[in-house]
Amino acid sequence: MEQFITSWLGSTPAFAIPLALASMGLVLCERAGVLNMGAEGYMALGAMTAAVLTLTLGNPAIGIIAAVIAGAALALIFGFAVVIMRCEQILAGLATMAVGLGVAGVVGRPYVHKSFEGLQPLDIPLLDQIPLLGRLLFNQDILVYLTVLIGFGLWFLLERTRAGLKIRAVGEDPASADVAGVQVQLQQLMAITASGALCGLAGAYLSVASSSVWVDNMIAGRGWIALALVVFARWDPLKALAGAFLFGAIEALLPRLQAIGVPAPIYLMNMLPYLFTIAVLLVAAWSGSKKGVEPAALGKPYVRQDRH
Amino acid sequence: MSQGSPLLTLSAIDKSFDIHRVLNSVSFELARGEVHALLGENGAGKSTLMNILIGVYSADAGKLELEGKPLKISKPSDSARQGIGMVHQHFRLVDRLTLTENLLLAADDHPQLKSRAAAREALLSTAKEIGFTLNPDCQVGELSVAEKQRAEICKVLALGARILILDEPTAVLTDSEASSMLAAIRRMAESGRSIILITHKLREVVGFSHRVTIMRRGETVAAGLDTSDLSIEKISSLMMGSSSTSLSPDGINSKKAPGNIQEHGPDLLAISHLNARRDDGAPALTDVSLRVRAGEILGLAGVGGNGQHELTELLSGIRSASSGSVMIDGADALGLSPRQRRKLGLRVIPADRMASALVSDLSIAANLSLTSVVSGRFGRLWLNRRRIQREAQASIEQHEIAGARPSGRMGLLSGGNAQKVLLAREIDSGMKLLLAHSPTRGLDIRASALVHQRLREAAAKGAACLLVSEDVEEIMALSDRICVISAGKIMGELPGDASAADIGRLILGHE
Repeated sequence: MEQFITSWLGSTPAFAIPLALASMGLVLCERAGVLNMGAEGYMALGAMTAAVLTLTLGNPAIGIIAAVIAGAALALIFGFAVVIMRCEQILAGLATMAVGLGVAGVVGRPYVHKSFEGLQPLDIPLLDQIPLLGRLLFNQDILVYLTVLIGFGLWFLLERTRAGLKIRAVGEDPASADVAGVQVQLQQLMAITASGALCGLAGAYLSVASSSVWVDNMIAGRGWIALALVVFARWDPLKALAGAFLFGAIEALLPRLQAIGVPAPIYLMNMLPYLFTIAVLLVAAWSGSKKGVEPAALGKPYVRQDRH
Repeated sequence: MSQGSPLLTLSAIDKSFDIHRVLNSVSFELARGEVHALLGENGAGKSTLMNILIGVYSADAGKLELEGKPLKISKPSDSARQGIGMVHQHFRLVDRLTLTENLLLAADDHPQLKSRAAAREALLSTAKEIGFTLNPDCQVGELSVAEKQRAEICKVLALGARILILDEPTAVLTDSEASSMLAAIRRMAESGRSIILITHKLREVVGFSHRVTIMRRGETVAAGLDTSDLSIEKISSLMMGSSSTSLSPDGINSKKAPGNIQEHGPDLLAISHLNARRDDGAPALTDVSLRVRAGEILGLAGVGGNGQHELTELLSGIRSASSGSVMIDGADALGLSPRQRRKLGLRVIPADRMASALVSDLSIAANLSLTSVVSGRFGRLWLNRRRIQREAQASIEQHEIAGARPSGRMGLLSGGNAQKVLLAREIDSGMKLLLAHSPTRGLDIRASALVHQRLREAAAKGAACLLVSEDVEEIMALSDRICVISAGKIMGELPGDASAADIGRLILGHE
């Protein structure tokens, strides 16, 4: 039993980190008042970019950095559409998602199923032998620690700095922020780009760190779960981090149960994360407290009053 | 109060929007440490002038000087840097942030305010100086309107404003809140700041300002008069203008039939003891009673936002009352849907015609036939399209709607022509009661005169008309009787030939 829990917790980050990075990125974006539905596509683009570059250059670090840049670049297109051209955010998000999925599929086609040497866990001797939590805390790759750091960093940025104050103000009341001298469009563009970069990183983690291979449909709905996590987390990056680990733990349970031979109905088990997502959204809607925390200007393009 | 050179001078300011001249060589002068009241009716150009001063608009011509030096303002942050701050009627605070955070947000040009502790301290000391109490750590959304206003003033002052523009600061306040606000305004002036006070309430002007500038129709009619030399009557006659005939310069018939007092006609509209609330729960209408007889026009005058909007929505059937009764042609209408009220003979010309009466993406013919299609006049199951087109063409010709074809898109018509379409649709044979809210808003003089003519004709044919308007001259030109609404209450009734000063006194709350 102890062995089961140790390895279950140890494999949780592999499932939790992509969700955590993507949902924290989305939290940042939504706090600036922009709803980006396309996380799935950004993650796919990041996963493919990281895998292909690691395969061809043999260096996972370059692959990860390239994935971050690719996610940010796709997000910039989205940002141009919704912030500058004031397009409908849902449609623009879905469109860039399709672009991300499409590019990942086409460019990644020759590299499918070719395994490579990805990011390795840090080797911390002795400590990883601690029962139960040892493997979770001390046998992980650098991105896991970085993700936790990003979570706290984002929280500090949003809640404790002037830059974060501006982002929040833009998401709540862009007209007042504008009058106060905040450059609304610039804030939103920065938040969107950073959010795309985090989604790209999330994808890179999937291909380079947790599976060391690129396959089609690698994201498998994680972008959508991340979107639901944002609501679950009440637009708080730390809660998004915690929520992602909760989801990750549920997902990680399935292969562990199979490994010890529990006769679980596989398709039902695979539905679990999605059922959990629906349950979370229902509870969030039911408790009715969504209104109190949802950025008031979320999804509404800001048009400055005419100035003659 | 005008010792020494003035602090701020605006001279010969011109401003036009498209072809409409909004400001015509307007001048304004502000001394150090004074409360200067800026008066004028809606549309007189006060807000445009202030928006030029704070950099939202730029003037077409004219000169701005601060302490004798030319002042260049091209965007709002320029005016803030010069120490000019405005407190708008709609506060510019982010609800979900604390007051301190709201100040931090605006502190880009103020390095000394960039830490949370410094911003908090600046708010507290400003509040103390002018005698406000406020909690800088409270979320703005949890504050009352009066508290928000004090918060906004403290924020603007903490950012270093020495010229403070207050746009109708007491409009949203209760009487006791208003008097403490006015006392604070005096204290701010005594501490050396200069206040421009935009208000409609003459009592405040006489009681609290040092000087008065009055604007009418984009011109300064009185500049920098000493308040102590003025009476409320004098001010209100300057504001309203003494003549009331200027509305129809080209002589189109919009004069009322003299002495059209309907003493025996039936009450087609009888409102009694009506109470209603605004969307935010505050009282909008309090014990409103009105009756309109067949063949007469009742003008309801008043400054906008005093319950007119709620009253017209309520009569149209898209807002519910909390108590009272509304009878249309003898039938209790309160529980009826808009469609059932139409059947009783109610026709509505709402203030925002494109939002609540016409569909801009549909054709003109479709707009003209909209209500008849609903009632089934053009066929119950399928529509007789040819008849719709034919009748639309007839309407267009009869009402001289320029540039309109039945299949043309509604949204492409000008405001005046769109209003003609609406009038052509609403003034039909089934009309008994016509509710018109600001029917000439945004129209030029010619189109306005035509609208007035249509309203007169409707009354002459025996309809009862309720004309709700903020334009006192429109009210005077058309009404057989005049009622005045203020803060959701009917302030009194006047005969149709009442003078602007009489109406003004009721509007401003002096019996």
